[in-house]
Amino acid sequence: MNAIDKRDSRDRYTAGVMKYRDMGYWQPDYEPKDTDVIAVFRITPQDGVDPIEAAAAVAGESSTATWTVVWTDRLTACDKYRAKAHRVEPVPGAPDSWFAYIAYDLDLFEPGSIANLTASIIGNVFGFKPLKALRLEDMRLPVAYVKTFDGPPTGIVVERERLDKFGRPLLGATVKPKLGLSGRNYGRVVYEALKGGLDFTKDDENINSQPFMHWRDRFLYCMEAVNRAQAATGEIKGTYLNVTAATMEDMYERAEFAKSIGSVVVMIDLVIGYTAIQSMSKWARRNDMVLHLHRAGHSTYTRQKSHGVSFRVIAKWMRLAGVDHIHAGTVVGKLEGDPATTKGYYDICREDFLPRRLENGIFFDQSFASLRKTLPVASGGIHAGQMHQLLDLFGDDVVLQFGGGTIGHPMGIQAGATANRVALEAMVLARNEGRDIVHEGPEILAAAARHCLPLRQALDVWKDVTFNYTSTDAPDFVPTASVAG
Amino acid sequence: MRITQGTFSFLPDLTDEQITAQVQYCIDQGWAVNIEFTDDPHPRNTYWDMWGLPMFEVRDAAGVMVELAACRKVYGDRYIRLSGFDASHGWESVRLSFIVNRPANEPGFALERQESEGRNVRYTTRAYAAQLPEGERYS
Repeated sequence: MNAIDKRDSRDRYTAGVMKYRDMGYWQPDYEPKDTDVIAVFRITPQDGVDPIEAAAAVAGESSTATWTVVWTDRLTACDKYRAKAHRVEPVPGAPDSWFAYIAYDLDLFEPGSIANLTASIIGNVFGFKPLKALRLEDMRLPVAYVKTFDGPPTGIVVERERLDKFGRPLLGATVKPKLGLSGRNYGRVVYEALKGGLDFTKDDENINSQPFMHWRDRFLYCMEAVNRAQAATGEIKGTYLNVTAATMEDMYERAEFAKSIGSVVVMIDLVIGYTAIQSMSKWARRNDMVLHLHRAGHSTYTRQKSHGVSFRVIAKWMRLAGVDHIHAGTVVGKLEGDPATTKGYYDICREDFLPRRLENGIFFDQSFASLRKTLPVASGGIHAGQMHQLLDLFGDDVVLQFGGGTIGHPMGIQAGATANRVALEAMVLARNEGRDIVHEGPEILAAAARHCLPLRQALDVWKDVTFNYTSTDAPDFVPTASVAG
Repeated sequence: MRITQGTFSFLPDLTDEQITAQVQYCIDQGWAVNIEFTDDPHPRNTYWDMWGLPMFEVRDAAGVMVELAACRKVYGDRYIRLSGFDASHGWESVRLSFIVNRPANEPGFALERQESEGRNVRYTTRAYAAQLPEGERYS
């Protein structure tokens, strides 16, 4: 089955240093099992380092190996536990980097633990000296492993049922300014936005409990605003109360309080860490609470193509860890996001089965085995004038968050919210009638604005705002390559 | 006030032609269209009364529109909504839901507050119309 068993074990286990590829971490004939975890890394070896040896080293350092031969390997079924680099291929258009496919036996991972999975796959190996850079591009998580996770506590379908909102994207806004408002003034923004027509408002990632506004004060004023807006509209409303805090005890205290005052949703930041996220997910599941995740911090390791972890991998981990909402990019807004790559993120959140689609950065077929779906959130620099593009790109199952695009409306926050809601409903109506919204979008918006002054004003103010910059994280493959592959 | 439940409540009331187009969209997606009515518009009143069963077999929007006209004849003073139900695996729920009929006057909701300890407030939303018995609320 592999080279090691056939080789004289005296050679293999003689004390000293040997190449990783000769230690069993490179097995070009290996056929991954259905139960294997498979990772694909983009590796950029140091000058003069053979890519196959580099791939074997990554396999070794992310599984059983250390820098030298150890005789204690022989006390274990070591071949099973060795990760196996089995395929290395050049990255199209990038002469010094390679895609390395590495398979890991399922026994290497603790069931239901993102912390354990990541401690192996992105543990020591990212600082390994023979590599200039290393990026985890994608992972195939076997159904056997997926089924050890609870996944999102609520999921897209149940969230819609609970909110009684169907057939259109949900609308939200992040309260601005992010910092400095008192609880009383903060609640004013929430009330105006919800009454005007949004479904959700949102704490920003860095709103926790600061001198200008303690968390408890914010929660109480926000729930006054939510309940007032519900009574004014007859619709269920929500505001993501950010429970991110220094300790789990603090977070549980804040989440319990949010529950006790009737909130339908709480929020956490990615920076709290994988274990804390899984703990909050279990809490949310016990308490019928929608769990919103703000991906604060991710760009430090997702944005550059040469080194780090692709966001598609983070999105997979977060769906397993169990969050109901995750920010996944806007394409047309102010933050990083290539359209084809972003589509891959959305599919990871929302599909039950994803086929390999290299043009979207998806390297493997992936089944989620009926795990609930995570609702992607598009937030950052979007406005009503882009509604046709947003609906075309993302479909119905998304939260569109217009922060500045609501609060910055010349006639106030309610008018901003109404403009967004009217634009959205008009666009959904037109799409369902069979109209070509991508091309007729501006016309559809103009027609809707004839019966809605706030929309007319919004279109006037923001009509020329676009963020056209080159993306740093576009796919490596053009569509024809995937058909061939 | 105007309650804004449903997908198209921020637009002017849909004409029958517009409703027909949405119904046909649902049918073309393979969804069963359902007609429901109520005189209790509380946001958490999930179970509106059903006008017959969801129309699993109807392939033409005109058939749904006939039923809607019949429902309006009896319950034209109440809220009526149409929904498209998708029974496919992984969804098995409503896909689209919109109001197609409203009472002439919508008095809205009172928000009652019960003050309790630590500045906590228990909120109750009460529809003014629902203070009368069912059937007498909007006539």
